[in-house]
Amino acid sequence: MKVIDELLAQLPFATVEQIGKEYKVSIPKEKLYETASFLKNNQRYSFDFLMDIIGMDYGDNLGVIYTLSSTQFPDTVLMLKAEIEDRDKPEIETITDLWNCADLYEREVHGFYGIVFLNNPDMRHLFLRQDWVGYPFRKDYNADPSLNPIPCTDENLEQMEDLPSVEMVNGEKKEDHHKMFEEEEYVVNFGPQHPATHGVLHLRVSLDGETIKKIDPNLGYIHRGIEKMSEAYTYPQILHLTERLDYLSGSISRHGTCLAVEKGLQLEVPERAHYIRTIIDELTRIASHLLGWGCMAMDMGSITAFVYGMRDREKIMDIFEETCGGRLMTNYATIGGVMKDIHPNFQKKVKEFIPYMRKMLKEHHLLFTGNPIARGRMEGVGYLSKEQAISLGATGPTGRASGWSNDVRKIETYAAYSHADFQEVLRTDGLTFDRYIIRLDEIEESLNIIEQLIDNIPGGAYAAKTKAIIKLPEGEYFQRVEGARGEFDVYINSRGDKYPYRIKFRSPSLTLVNTLKYIAVGNKVADLVMLGGSLDYVVPCIDR
Amino acid sequence: MEVKDIYIRDMKYEDFKENEYLEEYVKELRANGVNIAIAKVNDLINWGRSNSVWPLTFATSCCGIEFMCLGAARYDFARFGWEVTRNSPRQADVIFCCGTIVHKMAPVLKRLYEQMAEPKYVMAFGSCAIGGGPFKSSYHTVMGIDKVIPVDVYVPGCPPRPDAMIYGMMQLARKIKMQDFFKLPAQPDMAKYKEKETDLEKLGNESN
Repeated sequence: MKVIDELLAQLPFATVEQIGKEYKVSIPKEKLYETASFLKNNQRYSFDFLMDIIGMDYGDNLGVIYTLSSTQFPDTVLMLKAEIEDRDKPEIETITDLWNCADLYEREVHGFYGIVFLNNPDMRHLFLRQDWVGYPFRKDYNADPSLNPIPCTDENLEQMEDLPSVEMVNGEKKEDHHKMFEEEEYVVNFGPQHPATHGVLHLRVSLDGETIKKIDPNLGYIHRGIEKMSEAYTYPQILHLTERLDYLSGSISRHGTCLAVEKGLQLEVPERAHYIRTIIDELTRIASHLLGWGCMAMDMGSITAFVYGMRDREKIMDIFEETCGGRLMTNYATIGGVMKDIHPNFQKKVKEFIPYMRKMLKEHHLLFTGNPIARGRMEGVGYLSKEQAISLGATGPTGRASGWSNDVRKIETYAAYSHADFQEVLRTDGLTFDRYIIRLDEIEESLNIIEQLIDNIPGGAYAAKTKAIIKLPEGEYFQRVEGARGEFDVYINSRGDKYPYRIKFRSPSLTLVNTLKYIAVGNKVADLVMLGGSLDYVVPCIDR
Repeated sequence: MEVKDIYIRDMKYEDFKENEYLEEYVKELRANGVNIAIAKVNDLINWGRSNSVWPLTFATSCCGIEFMCLGAARYDFARFGWEVTRNSPRQADVIFCCGTIVHKMAPVLKRLYEQMAEPKYVMAFGSCAIGGGPFKSSYHTVMGIDKVIPVDVYVPGCPPRPDAMIYGMMQLARKIKMQDFFKLPAQPDMAKYKEKETDLEKLGNESN
């Protein structure tokens, strides 16, 4: 594109490589903050959406990759790369003041690679315990289990709240320690094992009376190291793990990974497979939203709504069971297509499900949407502005409830979405009620998509023939898909082996838990659970 | 039904002393329209306990969703009398470990288990809780919760269906029914082990 070429021409120190709408911009690490700030604050073409920060171990050097996108041209992806030579004391400047979502991303890279982000006030480990020995994502990590045995004691809260940082004061580095909370602050622990945190999430909440002053999410209670494990697994084996990231929209994550590998192999996937995958994805989305809706209602005390949601979800589970074999984990998409052809009853059952679900949606609205107590609790609470949503990278229904159009199905059409005519559901108020209602609206839209596709599934093969051993050619591959709770990205760095050199998943839930830090402040502690429910994060997706 | 028909494993009918008053008493009650059965208090307690176990809601990952399905409309474990899921370990007597336990979570799980009142039971639900499951090569996963706490029932699957969990629950009920309420759990006879050791040592010495 002309505009972006002009823009990048103003960066003489950068080397640019372009593949389609992906730009790979390598810069020296000293220029990082300058470049990032230039790209973000540019008037003509502002890269205002920081999708992810990917840590890298190139062998000799360590590196950081910032994936950026823009709300003006959402289909463009820019990868800003910087390499760090010093392996013993890797340092790079922080960009937390440019994007709100950068703080958790930087802490993640720090915990996994040991890269210190200068001027970031919070350099704790994000997922691992503070006393963890070594940096597990480095290629020279010592995996001896005796170094990091199963701990017998709870993590020390003092240690958990001590924020180490390295600051630059007049060109001189200064190591410092801050405290998360003041001495006299009243801090309440929420989790890690709490029925309403939607998983094992530990929130340290500082209260003033009943009003929330500050939240410190403490993650990692289900960090399973999927990305590191994948570096030793073949591509078909990795698919199994991707479903267990965000298990409520698992088949979408799996689909995304398949697409990324297919992109690398330049594999032609049969049209039939595209259609089937799309229908399965949309069914998954409905199931996920039903559960999200039910759980949010249960967070506010309505168990009936939860039972209703689960009842309708079981219908989808029945369909999955027949065609895919699994209930929660479909294990269905595979590299080149789908595992097996659809069950003869599949189309019939799906067509029965559509009118059923439409009828039940009305019931759901009757039960809960109009309920004055529910309305009273949801309206006017938890405001998230559009600018904040973009800065936080809160994609999916959360961002769309604030008026940010970020539906990857529209931006970068994949699979069979181009064959269906559908609307991106947008609301503008950004309140809890909008985040609630948008899920029910999306269920309706998903039903529309399925309705258009179900009768037109083309004939032919359901999967392309692939080699027994899949080796991805050398290079970097990037794929975006729309998961049930936001954009799910797969980044694969291949060196031509049957294993990826580095694989990174952008988990939409990580930014959502970061969003909670901003929207819950000033609200009552009684609303915290409901606000978490409205964001609908899945904790294994955060922790990976 | 007569009183003497009731089967008590450890005790013959003749071993009872002064049964007559009980028999008379039952006869009288029945004549007046009272339904009565006589059993060992142990069996009665275990029958009650095995059918009203209070589980702790403890779900870390994917298996937790199937646990939610179990509690919801279709599978509905309320009909087994297990529906009183507690949010506090103090009020629960079985912990369903649904999902992966990682290093950071292990002390938390252990603490929850220790906070539960005796007698307490543990069910490992899903392959992660049993032995690490698909995350067996991970640096941060505990390879089975039996590394941290003792387990009573293992339910395999990734994730197991809610039906499988019902089956697991029934196995736990069987296990509870076998217990003696008035005794401490049977301890291994350490003296026996010692004897065996000495036998082995003797054998070893002889061969030398």
